[in-house]
Amino acid sequence: MSIQFTKLAYDSIDDFLYGKCIHPVVCKNGIVIGNGEIFPEINFTLPPMKATSDTLPEAKRIYGEMLEGVLKKARDLYAQNLVVEFETLPQYTEFPEWGIEIHKMMRNIMWDFETKYGIKSVIRMTPNDMREMNRPPIMRSGKYWDAMVRIFSQTARDGADLLSIESTGGKEISDEAMINADLRTAVFALGVLAPRDMKWLWTNLVEIIEENGAIPAGDSACGFANTAMVLAEQGFIPKVFAALVRTMSIPRALVAIENGAKGPGKDCAYENVYLKAITGTPISLEGKTAACAHFSPIGNIAAAVADLWSNESVQHIKLLSGFAPVVSTEQLIYDCRLMNVATKNGQTKTMRDWLVESDCYLDCQAYILRPDVVFEIAKETVKTQSPFLRTLKIARLTLSILQQAVDKKELSMEERELSWLDMLCFQIDEIPEDEEEFIAEMKEESDITKYKPDEYDI
Amino acid sequence: MTDLNLLYEAILKGKKKTAIELTNAALEEKADPKSLIDNHMIKAMEEVGRQFENHEIFVPELLMAGRAMKASLNILQPVLQGQGAGVSIGKVVIGTVKGDLHDIGKNLVASMLEGCGFEVIDIGIDMDSAKFVEAIREHKANILGLSALLTTTMPYMKTVIEALKEAGLRDQVKVIVGGAPVSQSFATEIGADGYSDTANSAVTKVKDLLGIL
Repeated sequence: MSIQFTKLAYDSIDDFLYGKCIHPVVCKNGIVIGNGEIFPEINFTLPPMKATSDTLPEAKRIYGEMLEGVLKKARDLYAQNLVVEFETLPQYTEFPEWGIEIHKMMRNIMWDFETKYGIKSVIRMTPNDMREMNRPPIMRSGKYWDAMVRIFSQTARDGADLLSIESTGGKEISDEAMINADLRTAVFALGVLAPRDMKWLWTNLVEIIEENGAIPAGDSACGFANTAMVLAEQGFIPKVFAALVRTMSIPRALVAIENGAKGPGKDCAYENVYLKAITGTPISLEGKTAACAHFSPIGNIAAAVADLWSNESVQHIKLLSGFAPVVSTEQLIYDCRLMNVATKNGQTKTMRDWLVESDCYLDCQAYILRPDVVFEIAKETVKTQSPFLRTLKIARLTLSILQQAVDKKELSMEERELSWLDMLCFQIDEIPEDEEEFIAEMKEESDITKYKPDEYDI
Repeated sequence: MTDLNLLYEAILKGKKKTAIELTNAALEEKADPKSLIDNHMIKAMEEVGRQFENHEIFVPELLMAGRAMKASLNILQPVLQGQGAGVSIGKVVIGTVKGDLHDIGKNLVASMLEGCGFEVIDIGIDMDSAKFVEAIREHKANILGLSALLTTTMPYMKTVIEALKEAGLRDQVKVIVGGAPVSQSFATEIGADGYSDTANSAVTKVKDLLGIL
């Protein structure tokens, strides 16, 4: 039975803050996420090497070395709470026993540190969405889905607290839309295909994860909105389109919570800011500390209402001070320390507003993350329950908000961006509000070799 | 008489339908296909490239221009082949290496190469070395583009290059590599001929490797 959200979780924007949420998540060892303090979430990945059965012992050694370095740094800097994300490489989900073995080794090291030094840490286990290995993707059966079920269930049994995924339903259609800044196809991917897949996927994942004693945490529209953000960062597509894709990812993201996900949402899911406003679940986010993985125009504002503060991912390479994962850990700890001191001094809102103000006027992707804008868009989201209509309404509202911000000179925008703002307003008006009519049109227009309509019940 | 400046404008603005109509009209008026390409169509694409480099337009506009260009080329191709000439300025096989599912960067490079007049054979994602060798052999390509986004899949690029050597094809094809974790030093280390960190510089690099700059 899915939950319906018809109003925001917050009555006042003044309560919409970092480190604190309406429904904190309690982990097995007592760590509570979103209960007043923000703390780090660290992720790391292997240096250039093949991921095969032959290299598995070496990979385990490196993962162990990275993790021990991270935990020692946490101990040295008196950080008591930490989330460690193990986001598998595709091979470690495709051959789940490899991923399970690495996870178990990491879990043991973390328990050992908790016993010896009192450093409480939990693993967020993020297997890959392997279903797109088939082209067109097979979403609901087959060897890749079976491999995903195996790694989700076993790592939950082995002690992972938080289970997440960056799911890809609809991405097979969205990729082309991102490159072409094609709003119509983006609406089809994000408003029609993705929510249908999210409902099926998260209904199943919640059951698998909960029956094995772990917490179904959340998803990310990484393959959609972060793809757009990175393309915009490189000057390939308009930033205004990337901002629009971000807000259009909200209905898709909401489906996970509607079907039982509890949070914290994934770090790269900036759309989860709106989810926090609607559902009150905790969220992880990444900003300037994720520059080791990707650049962004939202380095500070991303932290404004975060409950975990992440680095996205960093390679195990040696820097002047030490290995990069340890460097990332130190940066995250100091950021969190400052934010928590602000809270202890009753200055959370002031700190939040500084984080917001330092970014929001310089880029439309930052502007849409302002808490007041988040509330406005979140309120529009819950006016209807249809993911498709939500996507359309959000798109229209986002374009209107950005246009007004430009008109009021609150937001700077390049000339070539302004012409796209006009074009996108035109594109959105061409999309019918009748979902069945739109689906029929898109089935005619879209490349049927790229996706299987049956996999989405259309 | 067709105003051929309008063909230039149609391609520049990515107006595919107009470009097709004007190309057909010009051919009916016995215009020289090679002149249409060299004096109007390629010039339009050069201007599109300049605007993109100068941050005046985005990739979608560039791709629209490329599609208009390709549509016109498709009309001219049979005529040129009848005259014993070709329209492709090079043949590129492109793919993402084994174990890697990422393809948006690869697709972007493929689209931009097509827009600039290359014939592109995109063999997809998660491709093993045998598939790359087979495609090079089948299509007689002169460029191979390899893409990887993971630190654990980029070493496979070297496996592909070794396979080309074993198949006796290495001297026939220039290899260009790209993807987030890939660098010039890595490209040099594995014996690739070129590296590019962005899609638009990939086009420049390919032209450079083929000596058509």
